[in-house]
Amino acid sequence: MGTVILLALTGLGLAALYFLVASGLSLVFGLADVLNFAHGLFLGVGAYGTWWAAGNLPGAGSDGFGFVFAVAFGVAAGTLVAILVELVLIRPLYSRTIEQVLVTVGLSLAGVALLQATWGADARPFPRPDWTRQVTGILGAQVPNGGLLLIIAAVLVLGAILAFLRWTRYGLVIRAGVENREMVTALGIDVRKAFTLVFAIGGAAAALAGALGGVYFGTVSPGQGGSLLIFAFIVVVIGGMGSVVGSAYAAVVVGLVQQFVNYYGTSGLGDICVVGLLAVVLLLRPQGIAGKVATA
Amino acid sequence: MTVIDAPPAQVPDELTPQRGRWHRVRPFLPLVALVVLAILPYSTMSLPGIFEGPVNSPGTLQLLAICLIFGGLAAGYDLLFGRTGMLSFGHALYFAAGVYGTDILITRAGLPLWQAALLTITGGTILAALLGAVALRTVGIAFAMVTLAFAQVGAILVARDFGGLTGGEEGLPLDVSGLPAGLVGVTNTVNLYWLALAYLTLVVFVVHRVSGSPTGRVLAGLRDDERRIGVLGLDPYRYKLVAFTLAGGLASAGGVVYVLIVGGASPHITSSELTLSLLVMVVLGGPGTRWGPVLGGVLYMYLDHRLTAFGTSDAVDSLPAVLSHPLSQPLFVLGTVFILAVYFFPGGLTSLAPRIAHLTRSLRPRPPR
Repeated sequence: MGTVILLALTGLGLAALYFLVASGLSLVFGLADVLNFAHGLFLGVGAYGTWWAAGNLPGAGSDGFGFVFAVAFGVAAGTLVAILVELVLIRPLYSRTIEQVLVTVGLSLAGVALLQATWGADARPFPRPDWTRQVTGILGAQVPNGGLLLIIAAVLVLGAILAFLRWTRYGLVIRAGVENREMVTALGIDVRKAFTLVFAIGGAAAALAGALGGVYFGTVSPGQGGSLLIFAFIVVVIGGMGSVVGSAYAAVVVGLVQQFVNYYGTSGLGDICVVGLLAVVLLLRPQGIAGKVATA
Repeated sequence: MTVIDAPPAQVPDELTPQRGRWHRVRPFLPLVALVVLAILPYSTMSLPGIFEGPVNSPGTLQLLAICLIFGGLAAGYDLLFGRTGMLSFGHALYFAAGVYGTDILITRAGLPLWQAALLTITGGTILAALLGAVALRTVGIAFAMVTLAFAQVGAILVARDFGGLTGGEEGLPLDVSGLPAGLVGVTNTVNLYWLALAYLTLVVFVVHRVSGSPTGRVLAGLRDDERRIGVLGLDPYRYKLVAFTLAGGLASAGGVVYVLIVGGASPHITSSELTLSLLVMVVLGGPGTRWGPVLGGVLYMYLDHRLTAFGTSDAVDSLPAVLSHPLSQPLFVLGTVFILAVYFFPGGLTSLAPRIAHLTRSLRPRPPR
């Protein structure tokens, strides 16, 4: 029983990480039709921003309030980069989907290389509060606190995004834009402002994933974003593009499948099962669990 | 589906090259280039700054061979991206299938080279047909993601080393004892170079023939307007599957030659980064053109190798750290160039020639009236 609960909770931790990356991807894709390969870069900026702040910024540290401050700095850095990317690189190519993908591909190559040039290719130990290294006993399972922190953060982010989409004017514009962008434009609303906003939200969530993922894994390296990004893509497709709730469901399914199969089957089999799941979902329900039909 | 500035059917008058002295020679230029490349290993010319050592030194020849292979791979990938408008993010899988297939069949199963090569290319083609049959049920961005996910399975299979076949993170060195003597050893690098050249010629020939055939016109039609092809009574799915399978087969053939040149397989060739660099090569060179992807591939691999040396050179080291660190990363330079190319040269390298010709013509002083 203990093993099952441990696997379920660590699987949910993984799911939380996927959700934080995928929610932004899904919104950006749903609204602006941009398949954002540079999303892994935002994650890397968040992780390295937190790491740098904890070591160099006065008032920030690896413990207590200083750590919160460091994470806030990392998230702010990630958000800023996301906004800059949207304004400078994506906006001029508005409605030219393939070119936007190409630019984000180039950005992901160059950005990761830049991180590597600045801080080296090797993984760096991540500053984390002592209590995240310990475990909590839940129903007989010893669950690492880093994973629990991720789950709590993901639930809070999910709640915040849903509340924002549900009860604010900009949330309304974004929801309407995902549904039918031409109509929103025809009503005289500047959808591009919503694009920037969605990029900022996605960048912030990804940067938070980078910072908390650093806590979870204990290290930070330039390539971390890239490997997470592929599973985040899978989560987005399974969940349905443009649907935050769909991403949350899909993230939970993917995280749990991966964790359980990797434990009870051979290591690595879980990852393959996830891709199999993707193929099945696409063949039976191409629009994902809760999304609009994914077409070009 | 939208694709970067598809080459227009009719070239505007002011852009058509004027009939100069060379217009009779133009059709034979590829042949001349092929002959020059074929006799290049006999030259002992030394090009300081471009290559380390003379042209016929094994190191230079190996670099050239790898460049030629990637030129061919990019041309094969262009069959999907530039000519049919399919954005596949999983092309590395079929290349890796060629590399690892040959390596495993020779090293682990002890087959002779020709059998291993034949089996691998057949297997790679069948793999492409099967996976393409599933992936092509989706279109556009979803297709890109599905191919990416399939390629990721390949990367995981190789990295986790199921059954101890692939050697995992360490890679799998090629067992050369059973190979023909002419393909083994540093002194025989020149034969591998010719093999790479033959591969490139084959790919260019096949892609050229396919794109000139009726099937090729349907593919171009699919790129421009898939619905219209459907209305004409042709099945887009079948044609796309043919292109996908053919490109997969060509990529696995490239893998067979690559494993001979490099002398082993390493897991980084299975990564999605390889597909991304193929995409970069095609876009830099000029998608949908005959020589653009080849040029792009050759140039990209060359720069990727040479920029590493350039990054550690004295000229770069003497720069302040803010500049020298990013410049020592080939991918940073290439990624930046790529982004600039998407903005400012949408047709890639091959679009530069007519642009420059246009520029010089408008700058040339008008004859006095």
